[in-house]
Amino acid sequence: MSIWEYANPVKFMRTSGAALPWVVAGAAICTIAGLIWGFLTPQDYKQGATVKIIFLHVPAALMAINIWLMMLVTSLIWLIRRHHVSALAAKAAAPVGAVMTLIALITGAVWGQPMWGTWWEWDPRLTSFLILFLFYLGYMALWEAVENPDSAADLTGVLCLVGSVFALLSRYAVNFWNQGLHQGASLSLAPGERMSAVYRYPLYLTMAGFFLLFLALLLIRTRTEIRRRRLAALLARENRT
Amino acid sequence: MTELGKYASTVLTAYGASLVLLAALIVQTVLANARARRALEEHERRG
Repeated sequence: MSIWEYANPVKFMRTSGAALPWVVAGAAICTIAGLIWGFLTPQDYKQGATVKIIFLHVPAALMAINIWLMMLVTSLIWLIRRHHVSALAAKAAAPVGAVMTLIALITGAVWGQPMWGTWWEWDPRLTSFLILFLFYLGYMALWEAVENPDSAADLTGVLCLVGSVFALLSRYAVNFWNQGLHQGASLSLAPGERMSAVYRYPLYLTMAGFFLLFLALLLIRTRTEIRRRRLAALLARENRT
Repeated sequence: MTELGKYASTVLTAYGASLVLLAALIVQTVLANARARRALEEHERRG
């Protein structure tokens, strides 16, 4: 069996329909359990109760970057192999990525105020995240602005390639830009920098939950786009005859 | 119940805003999917 079979809308609808209840259940269990576990963790000796924000901020930021990279892969598949489902999957993922980026920005600002003494700083990671959010908005606006769906998929695919620079920049900005307030990786494996297990395990669970939540929303939204495309094709055929 | 101390409003604001955004995204996704499915089914039923 080849992965390209899923580029067939009928096959995708059948497979995603069967997988969806399991993905939704997994997303609900992991996200709710992870957030409750995280909320009940003890206060950090330096950051106090604000450490609990990590269980929203880190998974959302992680998904914000990786959703754009997933959109890059599906856009490239569209641009190279012209599979409609991959273009629709990229379109379906964008609002989820935008919300994840917004959550990362809001929780970061709320967390930053008591810890850094400011809501916002033109720091490399914060700035590249804001630009990534604007790219998400631009990407969604471009889909709506172009009437022909294939042309829209082409143009948004190119925009996705350009925006990938900022997605990668927002991930690695703190590593090569030695300035700004934002610290390095939250889940460092370096000796002495490793997060305590008290926070690490609920964080792993919320990360799994956010990933499954994205997957569930992606499947539902892609199915919506396929149905809309099918209806538009039927209406267009009727208008021709 | 967990103790939030002087950062109670900070933590609750972060959780509240995030959960509202996630809930809005989930509701919008489910409603749009239901609308698209209904519209397609109605059209196919009419033939």
